[in-house]
Parts: sequence; C-alpha cells; structure tokens
Amino acid sequence: MTKVKINGQIVEVSAEPDTPLLWVLRSELKLIGTKYGCGMALCGSCTVHLDGAAARSCITPLSAIGEREVTTIEGLHGKEADALREAWTDIDVVQCGYCQPGQLMSASALLQKTMDPTDADVDAAMSGNICRCGTYPRIRAAIHAAARAMGPRLNPPLPLK
Amino acid sequence: MANLKRRHFIQYTAGAAGALVVGWSFLPPRQRLIPGDPLPVAPGQVALNGWVKVSRDNTVTIQMCQAEMGQGIHTGLAMLLADELDAAWDQVTLEQSTLDKIYNNQAEIVDALPFQPDENGSAKRLARWMTAKLIREVPGAIGTGGSSSVNDLWLPMREAGASARAALIAAAADLWKLPAHECRAESGRVLHPSGKSASFGDLAQRAAELAIPKNVPLKDASAFQLIGKPVRRLDNAAKIKGAGIYGIDALPAGLLYASVTMCPTVGGKVARFDATAAQSLSGVRKVFAFEPYAAGLITVGAGTGGVAVIADSPYHAMRALKNVTVEWDHGAASNLSSEQILAGLAQTLDSKSGYVHYEHGDVDTALKSATKTISAEYRVPYLAHATMEPMNCTVQFKDGAATVWAATQTPAFTRDAVAKVLGIHASKVTIIVPSLGGGFGRRTFMDYIGQAAAIAREADGAPVQLMWTREQDMTHDYYRPAFVSRHTAGFDAQGKLTAWKTTSAGSNMGMPDILDGSIKGAFDTGYEFPHARIAHQSVEALVPIGIWRSVSHSHNAFFTESFIDESAFSVGQDPVQFRAALLAGNPRLLRVLQRAAELSNWSEPLAPAPDGAKQARGLALHRCFGSVVAQVAEVSVDLDRKIRVHRVFCVLDCGFPLNPNLIRQQMEGGIIFGLSAALKGEITLEKGQVQQTNFHNYAPLRMNECPLIVTDILPSTEHPQGIGETGVPSIAPAVANAVFTLTGQRLRSLPLKLAV
Repeated sequence: MTKVKINGQIVEVSAEPDTPLLWVLRSELKLIGTKYGCGMALCGSCTVHLDGAAARSCITPLSAIGEREVTTIEGLHGKEADALREAWTDIDVVQCGYCQPGQLMSASALLQKTMDPTDADVDAAMSGNICRCGTYPRIRAAIHAAARAMGPRLNPPLPLK
Repeated sequence: MANLKRRHFIQYTAGAAGALVVGWSFLPPRQRLIPGDPLPVAPGQVALNGWVKVSRDNTVTIQMCQAEMGQGIHTGLAMLLADELDAAWDQVTLEQSTLDKIYNNQAEIVDALPFQPDENGSAKRLARWMTAKLIREVPGAIGTGGSSSVNDLWLPMREAGASARAALIAAAADLWKLPAHECRAESGRVLHPSGKSASFGDLAQRAAELAIPKNVPLKDASAFQLIGKPVRRLDNAAKIKGAGIYGIDALPAGLLYASVTMCPTVGGKVARFDATAAQSLSGVRKVFAFEPYAAGLITVGAGTGGVAVIADSPYHAMRALKNVTVEWDHGAASNLSSEQILAGLAQTLDSKSGYVHYEHGDVDTALKSATKTISAEYRVPYLAHATMEPMNCTVQFKDGAATVWAATQTPAFTRDAVAKVLGIHASKVTIIVPSLGGGFGRRTFMDYIGQAAAIAREADGAPVQLMWTREQDMTHDYYRPAFVSRHTAGFDAQGKLTAWKTTSAGSNMGMPDILDGSIKGAFDTGYEFPHARIAHQSVEALVPIGIWRSVSHSHNAFFTESFIDESAFSVGQDPVQFRAALLAGNPRLLRVLQRAAELSNWSEPLAPAPDGAKQARGLALHRCFGSVVAQVAEVSVDLDRKIRVHRVFCVLDCGFPLNPNLIRQQMEGGIIFGLSAALKGEITLEKGQVQQTNFHNYAPLRMNECPLIVTDILPSTEHPQGIGETGVPSIAPAVANAVFTLTGQRLRSLPLKLAV
C-alpha cells in the first residue's frame, strides 16, 4: 500500500509502484475527470498538479509522487480556478470537453505563477495541451479574462495610517 | 445544366421503386411526433409526445437522438423544442432517446444524394421525397453525421415543442373551464388574463391524458425566445468540473479492463502467440486472440485481428500485453505503401478518363480553341481522425443480454453489431451513449464495437471496458483516403475562363460510380463554367478508409479553390474579381465572397507579422452541407521556411443561424481542424503498416500555432444548413493561395511544405 495525498486527503492505494498516477486515479480511486489521451506526455489530457505545478499523470509512476500533494480537476479550487471556470463559462470554451480538465489544470498552474500572463506566457504554458476540437482561441481569451477578473496585478499598497 | 447520365439513372431507379411500392408511395410520410412504443417514464413523469417529458417537479426532459461530440448539438436541439414549448431554459434537462424510427435522420441520407445544389428539377424533387419517405421506414437509420442534425430536426423538434405546449394549455383550459385560446404559455407556466396560473409540472398529468395535439402552428421568428440567440452550452458546467461522462468513464460495478494489440499490418491477423509470461503477471485474468471485426455497412476493409488481455486495471492489461509474443499473419496488405498508392493513382489518370459526374457544353473543343490553357496535378494524403478520446467500448454480456456503453455516432448500428457478434437478438442489447470525446466521423464505424463484444464474451458475465491505446487508435483508423487530381483550364483572348476539366482518382468506399460521394465539392462548386467536365476514377486499395470531418469536401475544396486561384493569376486577374465573374448567376455565393473580401480588407495592403516577416492573404470559397463559407488567411513564413497563419477571416451563409455562439465555435474548430491537416497532417504506410503512432509524428495544431479567427455569420431566413463540418474545407486552399502570393511557390500537395 502506498500513501498519497490527493485533493487534500491522504489515501492508501494498492496499485503497484510502477503504475502511472493516471491509472491510480482513474481505475482505483474512480477520479475519472483526469483523461487518457496519449500515454507519452504529448497531449496534456492527463494533467494534474503536483504541489501546484502542472504534471502529466500518464508518465508519472506512483513511486515518484512521494510527499507531494496531488490535485486533480475534481479537487481544483481557489481563486484562480474559480476565475478560470467563470471565464470558461462566459466565453463558452468547451466543445467535446475531453481535453478540458487538462487545459484547466495547465491554465490554473499558469495563473498561480503568473497573475497577468502575456500571449507568450499562454503559449508556453498551454502548448502541451492538445485540443482536436480547436478551442485554443477561446482558451486564450478565457485565461486573459480570468486574469483580468482577479483584479489588479499587484497587491495595492497598504493605506497610510 | 443537365447531367444526362445522372438524371437517367435517378429517373430509372425512382420509377422502378415507385412501381414496386405504388401503394405505399401514395400514403403520407410517416409522422415523427409519436413513437411506436410509448417513452419510458420515471415516477411522477409523463411523456407529452416522443420528444419531451414533464415531471411533477417541473423538470422538462428533452429526448436527444443525436450524439454530442463537441458540436453543441444537444444545446441547439434543446433550444428548438424549449422555445416552441415556452419552457424556462433552466427547467430543461436532456436524455438519450430510444432508437425509435421517429428519430431516423433523413437529412443525412437525402443530402448525400448526388444532385447539384442549384438544380430543382422534378427528378431531384421526386428522388429526395421518396428517399426521405423511405428513411422514415428503415429501422435504426439513426446517426449523427453529414452536418445534418439541425437541418433534419428543425421542424420535428419545434413541432414537438408546439404540440406539448398546446397539450399543457388544453389541460389548463380543461382545469379552469376556460377557453384554451385565452390561455398562453410563458417560462414554464400556463397563464390566463384572469390571473390564473399553473406550472407545467402541475398540468403535465392532465395534459398527458388528452389526445396529442397535431399540426399545431409554429411560432413566427419574431416570437423566438431562444432560437437565433447566442445561448450558452448546456454541457459546459459538468465538463469544466471534470464531471463530463465519456465512453471511457463507464463505471459499472465489477468492471474489468481490456487492452489489445492488433496486427501492425492493416487487415492482418494472429498466426500464433505465446502468453505464458503475460499470464503469470499480477492482475491478469485472460489472454486470447480475436478475429478481425468489420467496420460496418459502408466501408472498405474488414478490420484487423489481434490479441486481447482482460485484467483488473488498464495498466495491468497494457503491461501484460508487452509480455505477449505474437507471430502475425500479415495478409494481403503486406506490400502496401502509400507512396506507391499515390503513384498508382497518378498512373491511373494517365490512362483513364474517369466516370463523368458533371458535363456542360463541349470542354474538349473549348480547350482546343482556347487562347491559353493551364494544367496542374494535386495530391492529398491519408489522414487519421485522432479524436482526443481513443476508441473504446464497454460491454457486459450476461444471461443472454448485453449492455453496451459506447460513445458512438451510430447507436443502432452499434446495437446490431453487438447482437451479431454475441449471436443474440437486437432487442437483447441495451445501448448507453455518453458524451463523445470527439467523433469527426470515426465513431460511425463498428470495428472496435465488435471487438469489445467479442472480448466481453470471454469475461463470464463481468463488464469489460476495451480501450485502445493511442498507438492502436492511430494505426488502425478508417482513414480519409488519398487522392490525386488533374485539372486543366482554358481561357479566351480577354482572359475569361472558358473551359474547366478535372479528373480525380482515389478510393470511393466501394460505392457504385453513380453514388460516389468522393466527387462532392468538385462537381457542385456553384461556379458557372461555359464548358466543363468533372470526372472521378475510383481505384480501390487495401487501406481501410472512412469518412473524415467534411468528407470529400476536405480534398475537393483544396483542388478546386487552389486551381481557381491558379487560373486567376495565370490571366493576371485578382482572385476575388475572377471568382465573382464566375458567380454572376449565383448571388448566394457571391454575397459570401464579397463580404469576406470586405471583412478582410482584401484590397488594402497588409502589415508585416509581429516579427517583421512579410505577410500575404489568400482566399477560398466553398459550398458544402448546404452552407457557403469563405475564408481569408493571413500568412507569413518564418526563418526556417515554416508556414505560419496569423489571422483567419471566416464568412458564412448557413441559412437561419440557430445559435450564433455555437456556429462561431464550429467555424473556429473547423478551421483549426483543417489547418492541422493543411500544415501537418499525413498518414503514410510502408509494408502495409501505418508509420504514425502518436501525437509526436501525427501532430495536431497546438496553442502556439493557432491563428486569431474572426467569424461573420450572414443573416438569412432560409432553412438551417450544415455547420459541424463546413468550417474545415476552405482553410487549406486559403493558406496555399496566400503562400503563392507570398512566395511565388504554388504548393499542390498537402500538407503544405515550402521548398527549403
């Protein structure tokens, strides 16, 4: 049994240590929001967060997780996630939607690091996530909209007493 | 503009069919409001007709017979019914329909008949009417394809909404002892000027006890609340939470998982295999060989055999497969190469003139007397669908009955395929269709469905989920066929195009020439050529081929719109003006062309790309699935001679635009799908084996390569036409034409690659 912290809870899983995290999530824990697309970290459908950073669960064996906290689309929350989901809805990004959990995981990891990303930042963070429906222009617009909705880039200076 | 051969054929077959079924043909067409068997209902729920149920808690449940694969059809169809019903949008939920004949898709079949869109003769009208009537009688003619869903259901689903509204109003009038015509419906309630009011939920039971109202007048367009509005998608909320349920998310109790390895040579099978090492691995239940399973009704290729592992988890199954040694029987395709196939198609065109699908005037004489002629040869490769969700199907076969979870575009074919493999009656098969993680035509085929049924037979009653790896999915697709096409144009001394002659060669999925769809998009362009002959030579190969988003329009738009552009430049004319001159008698296409020129500032100079590289525009115009689309691409070339597309302007006339938001999504998606093929897409075969295996060597467009897209939907009050595929065809020729303007290189094969 391996202990892993997933979406804020420590769970014990019976999968063998060489099992990619993707299959631990999907077939053992029934966290089916994370999708299989390529098995080679080429498409990003399986993207999760490891300690807040985007990672491809299809090539990450269970044994490599260690103490790091896993976040999946089911557990994704917080102000970046809320702003992104709102923008995703306003702009109606989704088509078939199969890649969208991975897109949202990559986008939220980007916004956690870079509060007001440029188009080049979006390219760098999102080009690992393939969408065959072609939702890219709307994903780009939604990331910018979410960044704007989260307010000014820097914390405003504290008022003088 | 007559095509005598085609017309004679249609008249003959229509006449013969008419003679056989003379009695039947005088009956009115089968209605689409009331199903053969009443809809199954939950406690507290009633069905008001075959399309809608209302519950005591005020939920309105609309029946969905079409597959949601990203095109937004569930939202669009719900809008049709909910608007006529005067339901509140937030009381609407959706449910998969049964396989009753009222859900048969007529438009998909009728629009596939080989007629010119501009023709309106009696033979065409008769053939369309007879076919539509016939399709209403065929069991299981349910399917999502051919960009046909809204076209097909525009009236039936509105009529169902109007009928249900009339039933609820009649129930209220009955309850209140007031005249029905004094009552009206609004936002899920029936109201009377006296102040009386009741919810749909309160009235549903009484409404269901009355006779189903028929022929209820539909709303005037000015009264639409939802139809024509940019309504947001109903499926967004679940999908952004990771709660969208796709084929691979089926989770019946006790689920086992299967993985397969098929013969790498298409059409091959297992000669012998050794599973000793695999059997001893943990989690493995069973290892066995399976036969090839054919793809269904209309295709070439009988499937490919392989070895399956059933295991406790997908990973156990995949890991075990790597430990199976297989000796393959490579079969008839073992010497097949796509390079040779393409060379063979070109050779065919040296000796064969093809089946003539369209002839007007005397093209050969016109070419002889032309002041100038140009000729060119074009090519396109095989293409894979590469849906994000790989092929998969879950089947439980227990006590002589089967339950199937399949993300499919053709649920009745799926039911029949499973029944056939398991040797049971179709009535013993229950089919559950979750969301499709992309379809693009791939999910009309039955190869993986038959395979899943055969695997489930080995599982002693447990449900088994068969999921192909990306490698299996990429190397065992039903590919868009490769084509070669030769074009000749003639011009008079004033530079006017006088003759247009094209002959293409490629596989036509085993159809007789007269019904060959591979000519669509070439023989029905809308251009008025003074003399023309458009022909196709069918050449079958052993490569499994299928329908790929926009089908034959995907290659014919590239051929036609590139060669029109070549024609314009060869006589020193502006490509927009040149096209306009050929469209003088076709105002619908002309309007789209002119708006695209205007939207893209066609006649204005174009600023350099952000990195200073020179840019140029290219335009293409194409009619397909009843819609007309023009696209203008702004293109530059980087220092490595790579083609980059910065902006695309897209203008379309799709008839009445049901939902401008969904239409824009589909234009964007179609352009990006088409651009992946135009710039990168190519499937090649060597020794009968597909060489591309995953997204590194069959690479779709990514975020950093994606252009900005501006879409303009032209207003129209005509019957709604196709959307899901119509964004695809124009982009490849638009980009190729821009590349010519930019570099002087005319790229005549896809994917587009500049000489370095």
